Parts: sequence; C-alpha cells; structure tokens
Amino acid sequence: MIAEKSTIKIPNFSLSPRVDQVGIEERAARFTKRSIKKESKMNGLLLALNMIDLTTLEGKDTDGKVKQLCYKAQHLHDAYPGLPTVAAVCVYPSMVKTAKQALGNSGIKVASVATAFPSGQSTRAVKISDTKYAVANGADEVDMVISRGKFLMGEYNFVFDEIAAVKEACGNARLKVILETGELGSYDKVRRASDIAMYAGADFIKTSTGKISPAATLPVTLVMLEAIRDFYYETGKMIAMKPAGGISKSKLALHYLVMLKEVLGEAWMNNEWFRFGASSLANDLLMQIVKEKTGVYQSKDYFSID
Amino acid sequence: MAKAKNNTLKLKFDTSWNFAPAPESKSIASIKDKYDLFINGAFVKPSSKKYFKTINPANEEVLSEVADANASDVDKAAKAAHTAYDKVWKKMSGKERGKYIYRIARMLQERAREFAVIETLDGGKPIRESRDFDVPTAANHFFYYAGWADKLEYAFPNRQAQPLGVAGQIIPWNFPLLMAAWKIAPALATGNTVVLKPAETTPLTALKLAEIIQEADLPPGVVNIITGAGATGAALVNHPGVDKIAFTGSTDVGKFIQRAIAGTNKKATLELGGKAANIIFEDAPLDQAVEGVINGIFFNQGHVCCAGSRLYVQESVYKTVLRKLKDRIETLIVGDPLDKNTDIGAINSKQQLETIHKYIKIGQQEGAELHQSSCALPGKGFYCRPTLFTNVAQSSRIAQEEIFGPVLTIQTFRTEDEVIEKANNTPYGLSAGVWTDKGSKIFNMTTKMRAGVVWANTFNKFDPTSPFGGYKESGYGREGGLHGLNAYVNLV
Repeated sequence: MIAEKSTIKIPNFSLSPRVDQVGIEERAARFTKRSIKKESKMNGLLLALNMIDLTTLEGKDTDGKVKQLCYKAQHLHDAYPGLPTVAAVCVYPSMVKTAKQALGNSGIKVASVATAFPSGQSTRAVKISDTKYAVANGADEVDMVISRGKFLMGEYNFVFDEIAAVKEACGNARLKVILETGELGSYDKVRRASDIAMYAGADFIKTSTGKISPAATLPVTLVMLEAIRDFYYETGKMIAMKPAGGISKSKLALHYLVMLKEVLGEAWMNNEWFRFGASSLANDLLMQIVKEKTGVYQSKDYFSID
Repeated sequence: MAKAKNNTLKLKFDTSWNFAPAPESKSIASIKDKYDLFINGAFVKPSSKKYFKTINPANEEVLSEVADANASDVDKAAKAAHTAYDKVWKKMSGKERGKYIYRIARMLQERAREFAVIETLDGGKPIRESRDFDVPTAANHFFYYAGWADKLEYAFPNRQAQPLGVAGQIIPWNFPLLMAAWKIAPALATGNTVVLKPAETTPLTALKLAEIIQEADLPPGVVNIITGAGATGAALVNHPGVDKIAFTGSTDVGKFIQRAIAGTNKKATLELGGKAANIIFEDAPLDQAVEGVINGIFFNQGHVCCAGSRLYVQESVYKTVLRKLKDRIETLIVGDPLDKNTDIGAINSKQQLETIHKYIKIGQQEGAELHQSSCALPGKGFYCRPTLFTNVAQSSRIAQEEIFGPVLTIQTFRTEDEVIEKANNTPYGLSAGVWTDKGSKIFNMTTKMRAGVVWANTFNKFDPTSPFGGYKESGYGREGGLHGLNAYVNLV
C-alpha cells in the first residue's frame, strides 16, 4: 500500500481549487429540481435505505440500546418482505464489541467513531490508541475527526500526518475522515480539507459529526463530491462519500442521490462508495416505501423507533 | 491500484438508476383552435382572411391557427392605438396607469402555470425554464414598471417626461412572453400605447396575454396585439402613425428597420444578435465556471441573443475545463420539453434546426473538432445534442457568426491582453462573462469588454431593475431598469 501511494504526488494544499459560493449553491439547488417519480422513486428509496449508517452516538448509549439498534438494522420493517438492510451501524468504540456480536454474520458493517470524537481535542497517542481499540474490537470502519483547530491555523502538514497515522492504525478497516464542515467556515476550506484527507489516505470523506450545526448540506456535499471526482481523475483512486447529520427526510435523501448520479455517476451509486450518516432517515424512507406500495401513508406508530 | 495521471479514466453517467418520465400536465392550458387579432380591446377577424398554423416543435403537432395581419389590419391597430393614446391614456394619471399594470402583473402570476405550459408547447423550451424563469420574470417586469408609472418625476428630476405616442413593438421567438413584458410594461408606464407583433412561430402566449389585458379592463386600444410574419412587421415599421419602434431580433432585420425609418421622426431601440465571449482564467473556481458556461450556452437551447457562445479558456487549465465540460454535457437531459427533468428542449423551428446543422457542418469542414453528448434524441420534433467545438480559430465562421443554438466554440488564450482583444474582435457586443477569483482582474476586464452586459462569475442573470442592451451590431438603446424608461419618453 505504502509503496503504491508514494507514486501519488502530494499537491500544495494552499493551492486547492477555489469554490464560488453563489455558484455552488445554485448548482446544488438545481439538483432539487429533478422530479423523481414512480419506479425511480421506489428504486431511489430502496437504494438510500441500503446506504444508511444507522447511528447512535450518545453519552447515554448502553449495550441494551446498541443491541436493539442492531436488531433494527437487520429487520427494518419485517411487515414488508424483501427490504434491503442498512449498510452499517455506527457507534462509539466502547460499543463496538456489542454491535459486532449483535450483527453476527448479517453482512452489516460496524463503524466506530474514534480519535477523541467529536472534538478531536486530544493527543495523537490517545487518538491512535482509540482507533486501535475500536479496530481490535472488530470495527470494520473507523470514523475519525480532523483537528479543526490545527487546520484553521494553517497547519496542513499536522492534519495530513495525523490522518495518515490513523489510517495506518486502522489496518484493514476503512477510514472515514470527518471534516466537520460546520466548523470550517467556507467552501474553500471544505475543498482544501477534502484534498488533505484524500491525499493522506482517507477511504471516505465525511461531512460532519452530527454534533455541530450546520451538519451536512447539499452544497457542502457537492464541494466534496467534486473533490472526489478531481482526485479520481488525478490518481485513478475512488474515494467514498458520507454526508452525515441533518438528513432525515426521504425527499432530501433523493436529492443527494440525484447529485451523486450527476457528479460521480454509476460507479459510486452503491453503499461501498456512498453512505448516509443518519438515524431518523430510515423510518422516513420506510414510510415512503410502504406508501409507494400501498398508496397510503401509515401512522408513525407502525414503524419501530430504534 | 493507484496510477498517476491516467488519461483513460472516464465516469459513467448512464446509471442504472434513471429518472422516470415526469411530464407536466397539458390539461391546464386552454388553447383555442383559432386566434384572431386583438385590436381596440376585442378579438377581430383579419381583413386578410388568412390564418397560419403554429406548431409544437417538440412533436410537430399543430396547436392552433392564428390570424395573418396584412397592411390594413396593421393600419386598424395603429389607429386604435393612436385614438386610445389621444383620448384616454396620455391623459390618465400615472397612478391610474400603474393600477392597470399591477393588475396585469397579478393576473399573470395567478395564471403562471398555464402560461408556462403554453410557452413550452409553442416554443419548445423546457418547462423548468418557462416555469422558473420566463413567466415569473415577465410578471416581475410588469410589477417593476407599474411602480414607476406614478414616479416619473423622480426618474427624471427637474425634467418633464412626455410619452412618445404609439409604440410599434416586434418581438422574437426565443422568449415570447418575457419579451412582450419587456416591451409593453415600460411603454404603458410612461403613457404610450402599443401595437405588438409576436414572432410567427410563437404567438400563443402573447395572445393569452391579450386575454388577460382584456380581463384587466385596460382601456380599448391601449395594447393591440397582431400576429403575422415579416410582412406584418414591415407594415408596422413603415406605418406613419407609429412614433417608436422597439425591436428584438436578428441584426439583419435590425438593419432593415434602421433603413426603413431613416428620415422619419420615429425613435427606435434595437436589441439584436450576439456572440458573447465567456472567459475562464486559470484562477477561476473551475467547477462553477464550467456550470456557468453550460448554462450560458445551453439555456433555452442556446436560443439566447446574449448566450455565451464563444468560450475562451486560459491554456494552463484547458484540459481540465474541457474534461469537466464533456462530463457535464453527458448529464444534460435532452427531450420532451414538458418533462420536468428536461434540461434542453426542442429547437424552436425546423428552419432554425437546419441553420444549426448547417453551422455544425461548417465547423467540421473548417477542421474544428466536434464533441457531442451521447444522449438519444426523440424521433419526432426538432432536437439537437449539446455540442462543443474545440480546435477553433478566431477566423472560423463558427466563432464569428451567431448560430443561435446549443453550440459552443472553445478557444484558448495565454494572457489577459490577448483575451480582451480576441473577445472584442466581433461585430457584436451584447454580453460577456469573466470567471476569476481575483477581484482586480474582474474590474480590469469589465471596463475593457465592449459589451452591454458583463457578468462576473455568473452568467445569464436578468432582473427588471437592470438595464440590458448592446454595443456595435448588437443594437442600441437599453431595456430594463431606469434606463428602460428613457426609451419611451421625450424629456422637456
């Protein structure tokens, strides 16, 4: 891996492409004008469901809560046979073992946040050991946070090295790098942070922790998708994308899929390359799926709330 | 796995997840089988007794038949306008005139959906554009100029703004309703009366507007709408009772009008062709610049006089920009204009499609390299794939002549001075676009571009408050904004 990576030339990140705010927001709004009907709506809803990282990241999480969430992940709505499962369950490192056991060989991945999530305000040693602990307990994927303070200070090498070190600690686990775009302050910075993360070895780039508002937005995600596209053309390497936080409605999820389709295309249209970090989105998707099938909306009480 | 700079990489946009058809319903649009001329507040039969068909360019089906006005119909309309001017309109207070214009604006808004559908049926433009751009902007023009009607003394401080009389207005087929609004609203606000002739391929929304004007109880003769082809327009231009000509259309016809009114007292504003330069510097936000270039040339199938049809890219970013453009045209949806997902609708007429094809052929003969999207085109109707030409020279005809279709020529440049010279090296001067992250460069470029409108880091932005018009063979006079009032008044 290391030898291959060395063939990629690391650019000067202070020269990352600029983003025009008005332009990117207009382009993002254009995706919302696509009208998704009938079978394309149904297929989109099922695809979105299959891309979810079902998430619980709370101080009050317990083994019991995580087990119930893992059951939900495998049995989204048994009243409707043939549904896909979600892509992964996302928990804190201390819950990885529980989740791994509960999910067994269902094929659903366990993702663990790490590196002093959500603030990232700790030493590198702590972050590395946090990561190693999650991986040792069976995490298939690690969601790390970047050091936003260092990034905003212009210490791009620090941020780069930290990501590279966490990537190494991940071993075979896939690394998602959370930029926490709500703290970066501009689209230019989102683009720069995306470039740093990808060149440093991220497998995914992810918008947000979900703890800061604003979390994922369409324009921020578009900036990141465009960064992924440019990186792909530059290096031939595909990077996955995960918008997280603030996506709770089906309609919005479909807008994201339209954007994905028109920016990166077919290769990214699956849960290996695109995820939604969300908790309440799943039930809204289920409600819409059942509505498409039956023609009427069911009460919320027909959908389990885990 | 990771290879540096692989030039064979390609993204696949033909995905397994596709958009199902999402057509807007036609049922809201009531189109009569036959339309007469709107003269003196009523629909009257043409003395020519002739009618011509207007078709839907998306499927070549006949939508309706409209009257072909001859010289005596034009005379009738001009006289009605003159009487209305003398007896009613010029005496009416600005405040009262404003009320009528506000009423038209509101009624247009209320029936926005119907107008959008008819505009799309008759002209071929995507429903997304007629719904989100044409109709709302047309209503906004009426609202904006309604506001000026009783404030002319503030528009022209210490001067008295007197109306000119009867305005003969001839509008094109690319934005039928919007151009009618651009013309009618300032004329009425300043106290003029109007004879308007819409283009022969797209008369329906103007005739629907006549229905609104009738319902709004505008005094008879203040607005007259007559349909017909070139001969009708010529009769209007030459009519001695017309005091002002406002024309939007081709440069050839503009020159004809100028010859025709030479030696008369008629005032004129002409908004003619264009061959706008869109300029991308290496420091530009490239993805947004590419998006702006796409919208600049493919908006309304490229049937836009201010379309950014000549792209200049700084050599250092040429390959990247070209790649992005090629990827982007693959995701443009060409097809049924009534489908809400359509990005590029039907070419307005068979004749225009032939013109575009002629230029595409010329481009290839000139040695330019053709790139088109791989999309399928509907079997019936007039359609053209989004088209890019590279390897184009300044002396290529496709880079010099207005094509008025979805065809973009791409050239490279090295320095700022070079691109200013090249961009200005055209008989036209309607609009230009500059894409750079550097503010000082924007100011330098915008002062040196010989074009009526220069957009910076955006393109094709219109607002009723903003004046619009050309340099050189793109015409003279300004429409929109405070400047737009000027074209309809004598200042004493």
